[in-house]
Amino acid sequence: MIGVLIARDIRRGSTGATWLPVAFFLLVAALMPFAVGPDARLLGRIGEGVLWIAALTAALLPVERLIEPDRADGVLDQLALHGLADESIAFAKIIAHWLTFGPLLLIAAVPGAALLAMDGRSLVATEIALAIGTPGLAALAVAIAAVTAGLPRAGSLAALLLLPLAIPLLIFGAANALLLEAAVSLFLTAGGPFVAGAAIRASRT
Amino acid sequence: MSALLRFEGVALRRGGRLLFERLDVEVSTGQALHVAGPNGSGKSSLLRLAAGLLRAERGRVERSALALADDHVALDRELPLKRALQFWGPPVEAALEALALTPLANVPVRLLSSGQLKRATLARVAASGAPLWLLDEPLNALDAEAATRLANLVALHLKGGGAIVAASHQPLPGEWRQVELGA
Repeated sequence: MIGVLIARDIRRGSTGATWLPVAFFLLVAALMPFAVGPDARLLGRIGEGVLWIAALTAALLPVERLIEPDRADGVLDQLALHGLADESIAFAKIIAHWLTFGPLLLIAAVPGAALLAMDGRSLVATEIALAIGTPGLAALAVAIAAVTAGLPRAGSLAALLLLPLAIPLLIFGAANALLLEAAVSLFLTAGGPFVAGAAIRASRT
Repeated sequence: MSALLRFEGVALRRGGRLLFERLDVEVSTGQALHVAGPNGSGKSSLLRLAAGLLRAERGRVERSALALADDHVALDRELPLKRALQFWGPPVEAALEALALTPLANVPVRLLSSGQLKRATLARVAASGAPLWLLDEPLNALDAEAATRLANLVALHLKGGGAIVAASHQPLPGEWRQVELGA
């Protein structure tokens, strides 16, 4: 059932809306030369940090469609009746979310780096850090989506919750401290299903 | 006759309000139970409790494998009806046929009317193969023909050794044991 659920969520995640975070990511990267001026040296120096900020803000866009539609439509209830633990549901959703979000973001980082006049070395460094950090970001997004599911103005609330909690990923990712980045990402990926599972259970009142 | 659902001294509280207490219910194979009562008396909550989606404040609930049809459709709206039903597992052709949904098998779920959605929800339960069916207001939005089809489906399921608990504020066709919840 978990495999079927992951396949279904990937199918549902691979619509036109999949490109929204990518477009948003590139837009933020494209805004930066307008904001700080076209000095290639300056842009190259801040490029890695800018790509990370762009990645975090892009991660906010899909949050509202990760859990809430399935909660409102009774899919989460039916999955529970089929014997799936809420944690397993959350785990499947994290995998599916990363697969429809992470790889696209890694691809978008290439034109993003070009917009910021980053050299090849810092592009590779950013790609590696993003590859390590995005699973944690996906887990965080699913957990926040579960916590805010069904609440009024859930989207804004999710942004207020997600961005501060993503700061460790941002610090170690932008500083290219890969081991610490991996530790934070692993912590979020391992803890995310339990937070999201508990939130799904608590939403059944 | 083995019990497919058993409540022993069950109390349920929701939102600080005690909906019922000291409730004893036993439903065995071949039995149909009609949970009646006015709006807000806890009929749907009783079904969700039976399904294990809510926790009892006191008492014990034992249940066998079950399927629940409430007012949540739980079918992917962008998919054709048949594919959406197939996500939940077993072959669905017989259930589609029983509820006269076969002509709609290739219509996306989002285009179905509310009566057709109700039939689709019932088809999901009928296809589940679970011995215990929990039906919340099964007659809502159904026309006379669909209600007859549901009655036939219910009779067939009971004859096959299944059991049904239905919550409804209106009379149900067929033979039902009744439990009345207070307001």
